[in-house]
Amino acid sequence: MNKLVNWVDERLPIVEAWNKHLAKYYAPKNFNVWYFFGSLAMLVLVNQLITGIWLTMSYNPSGEGAFASVEYIMRDVEWGWLLRYLHSTGASAFFVVVYLHMFRGLMYGSYQKPRELIWIFGMLIYLVLMAEAFMGYLLPWGQMSYWGAQVIVNLFGAIPVIGDDLSLWIRGDYLISGITLNRFFALHVVALPIVLLGLVVLHILALHEVGSNNPDGIDIKKNKDENGVPKDGIPFHPYYTVHDLMGVAVFFFIFFIVVFFFPEMGGLFLEKPNFEPANPLKTPDHIAPVWYFTPFYAMLRAVTVDLFGLDAKFWGVVVMGGAIAILFVLPWLDRSPVRSMRYKGWLSKIALAIFAVSFVVLGYLGIVPATAGRTTVAQILTVFYFLYFILMPFYTRMEKTKPVPERVTG
Amino acid sequence: MRKLIVGLFIVILPALGLAAAPSVELDTMEPDHTNKESLQRGAALFTNYCMGCHSMEYARYKRVSEDLGIPQELYEENLIFTGAKIGELMKNSMSKDMAADWFGAPPPDLTLESRLRGEDWIYSYLRGFYKDENRPLGVNNVVFDNVGMPHVMADLQGLCAVEPRIGEGASVDPLSGDVRNADICPEWETEGSMSPAEFDIAMYDLTNFMSYMGDPVKVERERLGIFVLIFVAIFFIFAYLLNREYWKDVH
Repeated sequence: MNKLVNWVDERLPIVEAWNKHLAKYYAPKNFNVWYFFGSLAMLVLVNQLITGIWLTMSYNPSGEGAFASVEYIMRDVEWGWLLRYLHSTGASAFFVVVYLHMFRGLMYGSYQKPRELIWIFGMLIYLVLMAEAFMGYLLPWGQMSYWGAQVIVNLFGAIPVIGDDLSLWIRGDYLISGITLNRFFALHVVALPIVLLGLVVLHILALHEVGSNNPDGIDIKKNKDENGVPKDGIPFHPYYTVHDLMGVAVFFFIFFIVVFFFPEMGGLFLEKPNFEPANPLKTPDHIAPVWYFTPFYAMLRAVTVDLFGLDAKFWGVVVMGGAIAILFVLPWLDRSPVRSMRYKGWLSKIALAIFAVSFVVLGYLGIVPATAGRTTVAQILTVFYFLYFILMPFYTRMEKTKPVPERVTG
Repeated sequence: MRKLIVGLFIVILPALGLAAAPSVELDTMEPDHTNKESLQRGAALFTNYCMGCHSMEYARYKRVSEDLGIPQELYEENLIFTGAKIGELMKNSMSKDMAADWFGAPPPDLTLESRLRGEDWIYSYLRGFYKDENRPLGVNNVVFDNVGMPHVMADLQGLCAVEPRIGEGASVDPLSGDVRNADICPEWETEGSMSPAEFDIAMYDLTNFMSYMGDPVKVERERLGIFVLIFVAIFFIFAYLLNREYWKDVH
């Protein structure tokens, strides 16, 4: 065995890679429960890839056959129902862990210098993940697949001058059709997964270059022992691999409860109208995207005024795009001398709390049908969402921070 | 025989509005996929009364006969009317194009109806027909206003002269099979061959069958799920102990 490793290592630096990324990658020893979600995201990614590959073996990407082939997978393919539920539940689980992973970053200032690139790669992952989920949702070819895609692709039509041609180009047809389904299938199973994997590699390489942050936001590399090992660091392997194994077990427990007992999750993970085949002539009463898009959908619907001769829908798209775009510049908005929420002042704490509540409530408002009162609430919360970022350079500088300890606090 | 009755009910209809009032009160129906007698009776009802117009084209006869414990020969003899082989999909002989001409829209496939609308809706809908002279077929439905479907089971239920009281707590107890509140119609236009309580049980069975068809793997899935969760729980114990062993020298 050793000989084989040596033989390979002389030709490919596997030992060096193993040490750099696992056995001698020193991670802070004070990770808390929030630090499970990175490795869990990786786990879900693997789940999506494997179940996805097997699903494509029986799926038929055509307007005539897509819906029936999904039911064929559910009924006639051995273990097809399990593959499909693992994949559909995995999609939602992916967003759950990614949202929690991002919130961890916000809480402990993991985007701050020198981790700006990690954050940006992460945001690109989030962006590609949204595209991946959106295109994947068309594939079952149910009513909500169809009309959800119709609504979202039509958003591009709100862009002045080029909008209509742009949405026509995306659809490849005058309305969502089998042609759209085919190209979404190609993007969903080939193009976007490749981009996603590449970005994940970059995200991790950038992380391992500068090292992990921690709940105290302390730079552990400032305190090294005589061997150059950070005093507050422990090798990722075996300490965090066995640690994450526990997290995997807890995650799987919850995940499998959904997969085996509540695969529709009350219509949140698999929407009820999607059990009816796509019908271009019959618009559902209420079109709602899947839960992970609803905060942005609520923002889109919250914009109701025409401005500068442009339609409210266009400004809605601008707000929605802006809500995602502004996340990218976050590392340069935070001017606080400390990273972690533990040592930031009360202004930052309140701002983060309002932001998180706004995001969750917007998510709820995006699921339910809009009423006048709800639209007003969505408008206020959209403003809160943006204020969190726009005011960040001011409140992070104004507030009094607590002194950061020299060593991690457990 | 019964499919002939179904055939007689088919009348040329104009295209009808599809929007059912969203906030109708419904009766509750707790499906029980382990109750094979109920599912078998439901399968018989569905085949005789519904399948003339409504296919279940995503499912196969064979699976139903196996899951419901109906011997294959018996199933082929009594529950396949189209001459299809037992391994085939449960289509019917009504052509979709012709049905679209007759009804405006073809009667929908019902394989997934229980997942689209829910069991409560189906159970309430099946019992919700009443006499309405303003409708082309003389019937309307409290759950699905201006419905285009005739009251196919009027020979069993009878026809209620006024709007039946749906959503006032009527339900069948899945354990005992007792009808808790069958008295939904205060005034009958015509009497059916079944008593109201018998009809409610029949509709419970039919709904139960449709619920099974929407999610045929449910019983097996939940049985497996228990083992999977037990495995994960045991795995957690070992992961926890392993983690504790490694981490005891980290301070």
